[in-house]
Amino acid sequence: MPLVFTIAFRNLFHDRLRFVATVIGIVFSIVLVTIQMGLYFGFGRMVTTMIDHASADLWVMPRGTKAFEDPSLLNTRERYRALAINGVADAIPVVIGFADWRMPGGAMTPVFVIGSDLRAGGLQPWDLVEGRIEALTSAKAVAVDRTYFDRLGVSGIGATAEIRQQPVQVVAVTNGIRSFTTTPFVFMDVDRARAHTGVPSGKATFLIIRLSADADRDRVRRQLMSDIADVEVLTPAEFRDRSRTFWLFGTGAGAALFAGALLGVIVGTVVVAQTLYASTKEHLNEFATLRAMGSSRRYIYKVIIWQALLSAVIGFAIAALVGDAVVRLTAETALPIVITPGLIAGLFLLTVVMCIASSIAAIVQVTRIEPAMVFTR
Amino acid sequence: MTEPLLEAVNLTKDLGSGAARVAALKGVSLALNGGELTLLMGPSGSGKTTLLSILGCMLTPTEGTVRICRHSTAGADPEDLARLRREHVGFVFQSFHLFPTLSATDNVRLALDVRGEPRRAAKVKSREALAKVGLAHKTKAYPRELSGGEQQRVAIARAIVGNPSIILADEPTAALDGTNGQAIMKILAEIAGERGRAVLIVTHDPRLLPFADRVVHIEDGRITGEESGKLQREMLENH
Repeated sequence: MPLVFTIAFRNLFHDRLRFVATVIGIVFSIVLVTIQMGLYFGFGRMVTTMIDHASADLWVMPRGTKAFEDPSLLNTRERYRALAINGVADAIPVVIGFADWRMPGGAMTPVFVIGSDLRAGGLQPWDLVEGRIEALTSAKAVAVDRTYFDRLGVSGIGATAEIRQQPVQVVAVTNGIRSFTTTPFVFMDVDRARAHTGVPSGKATFLIIRLSADADRDRVRRQLMSDIADVEVLTPAEFRDRSRTFWLFGTGAGAALFAGALLGVIVGTVVVAQTLYASTKEHLNEFATLRAMGSSRRYIYKVIIWQALLSAVIGFAIAALVGDAVVRLTAETALPIVITPGLIAGLFLLTVVMCIASSIAAIVQVTRIEPAMVFTR
Repeated sequence: MTEPLLEAVNLTKDLGSGAARVAALKGVSLALNGGELTLLMGPSGSGKTTLLSILGCMLTPTEGTVRICRHSTAGADPEDLARLRREHVGFVFQSFHLFPTLSATDNVRLALDVRGEPRRAAKVKSREALAKVGLAHKTKAYPRELSGGEQQRVAIARAIVGNPSIILADEPTAALDGTNGQAIMKILAEIAGERGRAVLIVTHDPRLLPFADRVVHIEDGRITGEESGKLQREMLENH
């Protein structure tokens, strides 16, 4: 084992209480950053969940649409213009909107209606645990998620309620289709969605464009934009980005999450810097001895940086365990914390950078060491 | 006549500034020759430690020159001075300055590690150095498990393991009892005798005189006298 590593290791573990404080500081910081960033990713994923599950090659929407939940409307006669373009295999209208769900007992709760041409399969519910998609084409049929049973006052297939004074019946149940707004999603056929949300016939929120196998997407897109007035045509990736940008940055939610993460980094850096500084101060005599023996400054910096890296690795390992537990605990909640391999790598890098940055104060201190102090101590 | 291993010419050193400025050294010249054990004696505040710091390249003089193994320290930056210390000087301190968290072997190995010596070779040399000072059986002991005399022997092993030409020792026996002090001086005298090393010991302990080849007296920042160790020994015997 290199001697600089041994010195760093022993310096670190020499004062166990201080080491525990260092690790707690790192763990607190990294867990806070993990939660904030996990929420960011979780939120980012949830706001695009409908776009992710739609079988669309292109989305046609009214100009200025900010997100999937933006209920602007376009004329469905544009559908026929779209279908006339070479390369368009289908143009499926989608209607969305908020509505009131009245339970049999009379209690009301808001719901978010998603209607699509279920025969064409544009935006169907997924992860069904009860019932069948085909059943949704029947009169009054809706699909709801079982995590919202209590909110909707239903207990499964066959349950009835009213939306906009019109009866509905649960014919399919999904699992895990949750809304970041906490308003339950209710899937149904597009025509009934219009009736339940007050959208006039001949209007839709989006057109989901499916291309034929040999179609050139860019060409079709250009054609759609030139043939249909006052609409935007986005790829699923662009629509995801737009929705995510709106909800995360347009509303300030993302900034708040980043601010929390930044706070975590600052707290961690200060705690680690303080403990590394204190450790260096305690071992100043040893560093002066090293300097008197002719060690280069670089050698001494290595000792301090090794201390920082060791703290980082140990702190990160514990933080990762805590983070994993938090991810598991939030998996079934309305806003699950999502940890990706990229985020884990980024957090490790952040921990290392944070700990090395924290060692700057200690390094500045040893830079000022006069080796002659060994004669006076 | 061979060239001195360490040569200081007309050193002055001012410490502090303004009204608190003090001339710690006032034109000190000193040469250390290979194979000699030199004692630097003087009362407290006479400038012994300041001189030792300058000779050991830890302080730069206000005026004057220092040459170590033909290398001048004039204009050297802190890293150049560190390199000179690393390559040519071994230090023994009054309070040992061992690393409490390292074993005796690792404490000695440090002197080689800062020179970039490969680990395996450094371990072998460290054990050999410990054997040389009579601590072959304590290679794994930590400083807290060693007596004061043993700790100072580890410090000496650390000073000699890199085979420097010059050993500078600051009151190496001050923290030890008489028996241990004598044992340490015997080791240092042996070290001076082999490989043509120059050993300079700062002390005010007259019991060390029998081990000296030369005795240099310093007082109020000036060299006030120099005798051969032989003369000093005779004077002691006459007393």
